[in-house]
Amino acid sequence: MTPSGAEFIRQVKSQIDEIDPADVQPLVGNGAVIVDVRETEEVEQGKLPGAIHVPRGHLESRIEGSAPDRGQRVVVYCASGNRSALAAKTLRDDLGYTNVASMTGGITLWKDRGYDVETPQTFTAEQRQRYSRHFLLPEIGEDGQRKLLDAKVLLLGAGGLGSPTALYLAAAGVGTLGIVDDDVVDVSNLQRQVIHTTDRVGVPKVESAEESIKAINPDVDVVKYQVRLDASNIMEIIEGYDVIVDGVDNFPTRYLLNDATVRLRIPVVSASILGFDGQLSIFAPYEGPCYRCLYPVPPPAELAPSCGANGVLGVLPGTMGLLQATEVVKLVVGTGETLVGRLLLYEALSATFTELKVRRDPDCPICSREPDEISDAEMGVFPDYEAFCAAAG
Amino acid sequence: MATVKIPPVLRPSTGGEKEVSATGENVGAVLTSLADQHPSTKGQLFGENGDLNRYVNVYLNDEDVRVLEGLDTPVGESDTLVILPAMAGG
Repeated sequence: MTPSGAEFIRQVKSQIDEIDPADVQPLVGNGAVIVDVRETEEVEQGKLPGAIHVPRGHLESRIEGSAPDRGQRVVVYCASGNRSALAAKTLRDDLGYTNVASMTGGITLWKDRGYDVETPQTFTAEQRQRYSRHFLLPEIGEDGQRKLLDAKVLLLGAGGLGSPTALYLAAAGVGTLGIVDDDVVDVSNLQRQVIHTTDRVGVPKVESAEESIKAINPDVDVVKYQVRLDASNIMEIIEGYDVIVDGVDNFPTRYLLNDATVRLRIPVVSASILGFDGQLSIFAPYEGPCYRCLYPVPPPAELAPSCGANGVLGVLPGTMGLLQATEVVKLVVGTGETLVGRLLLYEALSATFTELKVRRDPDCPICSREPDEISDAEMGVFPDYEAFCAAAG
Repeated sequence: MATVKIPPVLRPSTGGEKEVSATGENVGAVLTSLADQHPSTKGQLFGENGDLNRYVNVYLNDEDVRVLEGLDTPVGESDTLVILPAMAGG
């Protein structure tokens, strides 16, 4: 005779490891993967801190994205411990997880014991549709989307690189996009600066960018800085941002930005373009090299064509800007292998990518020291570049 | 013979060549060979004291020669040297 549902669950529980909430509590935030297998509506009412949500119906297809190592400690839970018992059996018997247990009594007992519960930000029905393709990726999922919505990303420049980056970060649901640009839209920009439009020539770029961003995704809060970044305003502007996207068109600002972001420990996704060539890397203070580790001194003006207007293939900033946007999403969500410590070179004419290693310089004038040892006077210290450029004609 | 990849800003000095073959047992010798073939690259690569200019990054394959043995880093026949300039366009 086949067993009743209740009898079946009793049998399963006798075959798997169960763990008491008192023994789960010390595992929270300590390397164990804690998986909530309930349905979305239940999880929205609160879950264990740091728990990953994988509904039981998607367990087999999505668990690898959250727990790729089958030997690692995995604790599954549900409302009362029944569904998680079944999930634990599946993980062990069918998917080969060797160190998995189901939490006795589920989140109900957890709460009764008075342990912490976190209430995740919930999504509206519209957001569930908008971000549904992200939810389907285990590497992003609802938790990753929440991180994106909570993220504050600052774009330096709404120009060639900043345009595609801003559009895609807005579409991806980055909650706050700051944009620094003191320029107005010029018709010569439109060959590559795709966030702007012909009917907005003459409009400040920050205004034009905001209009395009809002049209794509009203979730995004746009913070406009219609100023030129300099030593007097940089610390005030960049503080509080999680990631900075560097697409500025001159060396002095790149060095200034480096020094300020090292002081504030903010990672910079940095790209530059010229002609048919692009460079891309991430400078994550104290985790990897900084800009000055890679380029200790700027080139002389005759080898630095950024001094004046230069030719650039219109599509190129699109390619490089979207690679930047990709790295921003990875940094925010915390997935994949970022370009920290690596420099990617793209040559459009030959369609080749080259990867170079970038090392921290133990003698770096900036990042070899602690942030509070870097003084205001040292920031952006740079040869007189404007004089250089003037000399180069 | 090693291959030296020439960045766009130096191509006017190599007659537009993107890659130049150059001989030499080490990085310094290969770059000197490049400068012999294309004399106007010399002042851009080397300072008056014969050292690499600090603003010139040179990679042996994917590694910065500054973390290897600098100009004395041995170069094999099939190696590629990448000369990398900073760029600031956005």
